[in-house]
Amino acid sequence: MSASIATSQTILVVGGGISGMTAALEAAECGKQVILAEKLPTLGGRTAQLYRYFPKMCHPTCGLEINLRRLKGNRNVRVLTMAEVSAISGTRGDYTATLKIAPRYVNEKCTGCGDCSKAVSAEIPNPYNYGLDKMKAAYLPHGMAYPQRYVLDPAIVGTPDGEAAKAACKVGAIDLGMREETIELKVGAVVWATGWKPYDAAKIQPYGYDRFANVITSVEFERMCDPHGPTGGKILRPSDGKEAKNVAFIQCAGSRDENHLRHCSRICCMASLKQTQYVREAWGDDAKSTIYYIDIRAIDRFEDFYRMVQRDATVSFIKSKVAKIVQDEKTGDVVLHGVNTEGYQRYATPHDLAVLAVGMEPSIKGVKLPDDIVLDSSGFIETAGDGMFSAGCATNALDVNRAVQNATAASLRAIQVINKTANVEAA
Amino acid sequence: MSEHAVAPYRNDFLREVEKNVEEGHWVKMCMQCGVCAGSCPLGNAWAHPPQEIFMMIRAGKREEVLTSDSMWMCTSCYNCIVRCPRQLPITHIMHGLANYAHRLGLAPKGQPTQATATLFWNNLIKKGRVNELTFSLALYFKDGFVQGIKNALGMQSIGLGLMKAKRLNPMEILGGHGVKDQSGLQAMIAKAREIEDRKKGFSK
Repeated sequence: MSASIATSQTILVVGGGISGMTAALEAAECGKQVILAEKLPTLGGRTAQLYRYFPKMCHPTCGLEINLRRLKGNRNVRVLTMAEVSAISGTRGDYTATLKIAPRYVNEKCTGCGDCSKAVSAEIPNPYNYGLDKMKAAYLPHGMAYPQRYVLDPAIVGTPDGEAAKAACKVGAIDLGMREETIELKVGAVVWATGWKPYDAAKIQPYGYDRFANVITSVEFERMCDPHGPTGGKILRPSDGKEAKNVAFIQCAGSRDENHLRHCSRICCMASLKQTQYVREAWGDDAKSTIYYIDIRAIDRFEDFYRMVQRDATVSFIKSKVAKIVQDEKTGDVVLHGVNTEGYQRYATPHDLAVLAVGMEPSIKGVKLPDDIVLDSSGFIETAGDGMFSAGCATNALDVNRAVQNATAASLRAIQVINKTANVEAA
Repeated sequence: MSEHAVAPYRNDFLREVEKNVEEGHWVKMCMQCGVCAGSCPLGNAWAHPPQEIFMMIRAGKREEVLTSDSMWMCTSCYNCIVRCPRQLPITHIMHGLANYAHRLGLAPKGQPTQATATLFWNNLIKKGRVNELTFSLALYFKDGFVQGIKNALGMQSIGLGLMKAKRLNPMEILGGHGVKDQSGLQAMIAKAREIEDRKKGFSK
């Protein structure tokens, strides 16, 4: 790939989730040249892993499809997948970005037929389902993946499985000789849309996420409820596959905690309220959801959704941060211990399944970034320098709606930088 | 003494706690999540778990808090401090409250932790060293003479064992060992007392 695809008039967007796609498309639709770099093999990010959105309970696939159509219809955006920014130097209007592009082992001839996947026998944990199930080592990341192109896991390259995949491909799309590439791009502005990752629940020791199979995270529960997920949309406990009808939701699992994440992650209350409705839809009046909370943070119009869930007889609320979880060895139930602060009653309540509403941690935590970028005490980007801007969850813990608003604003600021640079060059 | 010291704060117990209780300024930071109460290994033995105590302080329930035996039940296991999402030094606040209640003379009479702590302190400051023998005897006999004899007989084998191992000297009954500079020790304690009185509002 040559570096000539980019100039100082180009905007580099780092991260291809909903915020990165939005920032890239808004700028591209204003006529700017944009390079959208995504670390994973597909765009879509965490949004593509959601089953449904709150508060309308609609499907993220719908919004993703709209964005992908915009992307396909716009010649100004150049998408680079499996591309990670390793360095950025320079100043406003004149940055040099170094990107490492990992080998996909599948070139643009791929038709997405899936023959390679059938030919391969090795299986790897499926990151799309947070490792709850396995997939073939030649895979399409998910149904909405963009580009619709298979990926070979590096583990099978150089093995008979790799050769089998190559032999199975009728269009000659598999190239086992691909190597990691490093490219340099000249860009005028950078939008950091690096997003978030779920907090590592195993660090919350008293909840036993690493010890008890029936303690799962909210993002895993989201995958479980999705018909395309590991259980085909059935709410089953991981330990024995029993139908999980009595589900506990534990709020602030990591968030608002100086020992873990000091910020409120903002989305978790609404996510759990939403997920109680999955339980209700699955089991009807037999469903039983219990939300353990410090306080419910359903901001502005989300209050209506909260009220609706409060009226639902299958959902109860216990004002308490759960102190610890133990597992009943006989039944496999998880028993939640704590004190209900409304009346100060102690409880030890068994549930089929405990869902930890894990907080949002910035993806860039622990990553070496350009010196211009200043992070706040939680690791979110506070200021990114003169010609660099942060968008979406790189800025703060945001829901999809607010991430998109934030990304549009970041895009506008990047466009201003490009326009000013162009004026200087023209003068 | 105490009446005079706290009179200006009578209507605002939280402010009184913030001013006079060690680590009391943390009380307002509690967000009532309840994880301390749920994490306390002795939680079911308390009338009021820590977060309830904090709420009672904010609600101005001065009498109920200071006469409560709850903060005396703390064994300093530090589980609550470790888990508190706002990193309140809960153990230290409990001890601060207990001490404050004791200084005001409001602590529940005969509460075992309080009685033991008082005996320990009085024993210690006499000579600057704990006299194990007189301290043990004082503990045995704190609930009366007959109970004292019973306690002493019950602990006989342990006492003899300690003597054999030279961990307990029977001659300590005559007054026992102490620090070299006795007058210096007393002056130091008096000064510390003066500073504490000033900080906790007990100065005249």
